[in-house]
Amino acid sequence: MAEFTLPANSKVGVGKTYKAPAGATRVKAFKVYRWNPDDGKNPVMDTYEVDLDKCGPMVLDAIVKIKNEIDASLTFRRSCREGICGSCAMNIDGTNTLACLKPIGEVKGEVRITPLPHMPVVKDLVPDLNQPYAQLRSIEPWLQAETAPPPDAERLQSKEERAELDGLWECILCFCCSTSCPSYWWNGDRYLGPAVLLQAYRWIADSRDEATGKRLDALEDPFKLYRCHTIMNCTQTCPKGLNPAKAIGKIKQLMLERQG
Amino acid sequence: MSSKDPAPSIHIRRSPLGRARGLGAAKTGSHHWWVQRLSAVALLPLVLYFIVSVLMLKGAGHAAMAAYMAEPWNTVLFIALIAALFSHLDQGMQVVLEDYIRTDSTRLTVLMLVKAAIALLALASLISVLKLAFS
Repeated sequence: MAEFTLPANSKVGVGKTYKAPAGATRVKAFKVYRWNPDDGKNPVMDTYEVDLDKCGPMVLDAIVKIKNEIDASLTFRRSCREGICGSCAMNIDGTNTLACLKPIGEVKGEVRITPLPHMPVVKDLVPDLNQPYAQLRSIEPWLQAETAPPPDAERLQSKEERAELDGLWECILCFCCSTSCPSYWWNGDRYLGPAVLLQAYRWIADSRDEATGKRLDALEDPFKLYRCHTIMNCTQTCPKGLNPAKAIGKIKQLMLERQG
Repeated sequence: MSSKDPAPSIHIRRSPLGRARGLGAAKTGSHHWWVQRLSAVALLPLVLYFIVSVLMLKGAGHAAMAAYMAEPWNTVLFIALIAALFSHLDQGMQVVLEDYIRTDSTRLTVLMLVKAAIALLALASLISVLKLAFS
């Protein structure tokens, strides 16, 4: 059956509290999920009090500050700090988003931070994303064409053809959408999830690609594509403002179009 | 993890890509999806018609019901309602059970039981309409 509760050794306990230093002027509490694979203990939520007057505006700024100044053992991924690499995807205040794009000011009360939901945890805020990465590979996300490109030029697209890719190419593969999808939670081993299906449509919609039929064939499956029940969490949560649900809808449309 | 638990061991050596590809695409799915949408659209007017019928027949006796069902239009629409409703129910329940039951044997057993129950309900409804219409 689908799992509605956490297994016994994943139940989250209460952790340590790190008080703000004396003289702090604007204190905000950050409750952060902590789990260490090496100590054999259950995960806990540690509380860190941060002085916002000595911290940048984004949640990532606070997490970096915590790691630098309060607790060096806190583990998370981050790289570009400007919403283009997708590394710092995590669940903040109940919604999957990028820590670097989420202003602390948008969160009322304490800031709860947990890893992307329903993925195996490597440590603290680092999820194991091998499954979605492999699913991305399985849809062959590269240009496939038998017609050779012009010897002296790139493959051309009209402006209209290029416009078909808007709303698709911007995806940075942070997997906020896939890990917000209940269907992906219950059947992630077979359902490809919104991020990967958006990428599949990105190549289906590309005028230079000649493998459209093969790509649709590979998705013609009750689980790979049709576990999408238009729940729309993906579109709601996307930190880049994209619409994976619409891309999936377009794939379903094409499936019908080629039948009649 | 308590100290009594056995040391964790790795049971899966198959590569992530191998697992992602799994058994490959089933080459089916869009038909099921489309037919379910069709029955959903058909049910919009049919359910409205059903509600109106129930309101009109409120408090009616057996004879009045039989007379209503015997009207060819009503016979046809009620049978259409039963067909759309129960095929939609059958396909919807299949999707729900596939979503939530992971174990193959349990899923197959529950699917068979639910599908049998839906088929019997559909048949019972159909026979009821026909008995009324041709009484």
